[in-house]
Amino acid sequence: MKELVIISGKGGAGKTSVTAAFAALAGKSVLVDCDVDAADLHLLMRPDIHRRMPFCGGKEAIIRAEDCTGCGVCLEHCRFGAVRLESGAEGRPVCRVESVGCEGCGVCVAQCPSQAIDFPERISGEWYVSSTRFGPMVHARLHPGGENSGKLVAQVREEARAIGRKEGIDLALIDGPPGIGCSVIASIAGASQVVIVTEPTLAGRHDLQRVLDLARHFNLPTAVCINKWDINPALAEQIEREAQHHGAYLAGHIRYDRSITDA
Amino acid sequence: MKIAISTKGGSMESELDLSFGRARTFLLFDTENRAFTAHDNTENWNAAQGAGIQAAQSVIQLGATAVITGQVGPKAFQALKTGGVRIFLAQALNNVADAIDALENGSLAEASSETKQGD
Amino acid sequence: MTTYAIASGKGGTGKTTVSVHLARLLVEQGAQVQYLDCDVEEPNGHIFLKPEIERTEEATVPVPVIDATRCIACGKCAEVCEFNAIATLKTALVFAELCHGCGGCALACPVGAIQEQPRSIGVVETGRSGAIGFVQGRLNVGEAMAGPLIRAVRRAIEPDSISLIDAPPGTACAVVATVRETDYVILVTEPTPFGLNDLQLAVELMRELGRRCGVIINRAVSDHTAVQAYCREEGIPILAEIKDSRKVAEYYSRGEMMMEPASALRTSLLPLATSILQGNPEAHCS
Repeated sequence: MKELVIISGKGGAGKTSVTAAFAALAGKSVLVDCDVDAADLHLLMRPDIHRRMPFCGGKEAIIRAEDCTGCGVCLEHCRFGAVRLESGAEGRPVCRVESVGCEGCGVCVAQCPSQAIDFPERISGEWYVSSTRFGPMVHARLHPGGENSGKLVAQVREEARAIGRKEGIDLALIDGPPGIGCSVIASIAGASQVVIVTEPTLAGRHDLQRVLDLARHFNLPTAVCINKWDINPALAEQIEREAQHHGAYLAGHIRYDRSITDA
Repeated sequence: MKIAISTKGGSMESELDLSFGRARTFLLFDTENRAFTAHDNTENWNAAQGAGIQAAQSVIQLGATAVITGQVGPKAFQALKTGGVRIFLAQALNNVADAIDALENGSLAEASSETKQGD
Repeated sequence: MTTYAIASGKGGTGKTTVSVHLARLLVEQGAQVQYLDCDVEEPNGHIFLKPEIERTEEATVPVPVIDATRCIACGKCAEVCEFNAIATLKTALVFAELCHGCGGCALACPVGAIQEQPRSIGVVETGRSGAIGFVQGRLNVGEAMAGPLIRAVRRAIEPDSISLIDAPPGTACAVVATVRETDYVILVTEPTPFGLNDLQLAVELMRELGRRCGVIINRAVSDHTAVQAYCREEGIPILAEIKDSRKVAEYYSRGEMMMEPASALRTSLLPLATSILQGNPEAHCS
């Protein structure tokens, strides 16, 4: 299966709209929304959800207040500032792990002299298999503050490949996450083609260079698409030259047009 | 020699799994007595990160000195090399039995560097 | 004094534009202001503020180094590592880029074979842009560990300044690290269905974190009012509306600020700046 991944260094460059446009042009493909931190493709595709699954990403330390002696060993060992010393029943000191601050390392669990800390899997999101007018779609949503988008991306891509095999579709269109972090790496590793959507702004150019570096690091064929090129044609041209210098080729220009936003 | 093969099932007829770290099963084949055992890799498949590293540790602990798979990321590659394991890359079409045949008649390529980045 | 995070559910809504212009407006009114860029994967505030960097410090994560002469390959360190950053082969093998720096392996090692050494994940750059104090984090390319760098940027917060923190987009771990201990969160959104969807996610997160927040609608157009309706329903104050204007987009594309009297950005953000100076960012919202 060919996997075409659409990414952009920064958000708001028009990545999702470009993915949707590809979907409309490509005929049948498996659509994949890997932008799990802020998944938007579903707003354009209006998928019918057929299957939903919880997604576990890492674990979380939870102190049983009744067994905690308030000794503070966990507080001392936690390097992520997630433990708070509070006053519990009858003013007795107890420790509490702030869920959002917990890195899931388990150090406190191992060090607690009273074995008062549970360490369950944490459900950090959901993923879905749906159908759209352009073909099947796999998408996901992390709960706010949910972590571990890298694993979720790998899972979503795997499901897309499975659907492709089953239904004889040999193209996956992947709406990738912004940035250059772990989820981006998970979304482009092993892809057949990367398309970077950018805009002719100084910020866009700066981010494009960083994403191009990343794509080159993975040795992937890369194309660049300049959105809203007409707001700064001179810079658009310069970006084109730099992208070609980096071994990427130019996929196209799109105008600044309010009708796109309205759509 | 014991060979670990990444596969989607647990038999000699099973399809290969082209991912090493996130393979569903490893089939361990002993070339001396032609016997095999299947080993579930679900725990590593489920890893948030470092699946390849842990899979490498698993096959090394099983006593494998060679693996047959599709892609090995850079970290798993390093771990397998450190453990003295040779890495052979097979095509998507092979099942396990074909892959072992191909290895024994010398038609499988040996990986000299990682085939896939990331984990 | 007070820390404000400028955040948004999705990228490209104008967080940086709002942050840098607010910083300038506050400085104009005589406040002591600091701008901190926690969007460490793609820091862009420097393009507008053009700061002079005075100090560059490396941000690091402590990672284990195995003393092979002591290691007995018992596997305890690999077992306790929740991030699969260690494999036990003939000796323990460390994959530093996966390490979160929790220190669990060193505690678990029965023979004292593990020492920790700092690994660089990026830099914190500190300087000035005129009267504005400037701090930014820059994550190394391909680096996944944004959290520790964001915490390092936050450590540069000056207690007697108004600190404006430019947050990364989205609602994932990096945003949590950025806004966790701020006094107030300004959410910048667009009046599109995307904008509303992502704003809702961001509001959910801020509530979970117990953060007070208000909304700025960027590229506002009079016929798209779904975001206003949502804010009214949820009781979230609208701190400012910036009219959609090609002119703002062109200024942005050149990396310039739009500070002329009567310009769109200045007039939309001035009431908010005044309220911030009074210590209550919602003072001008009726």
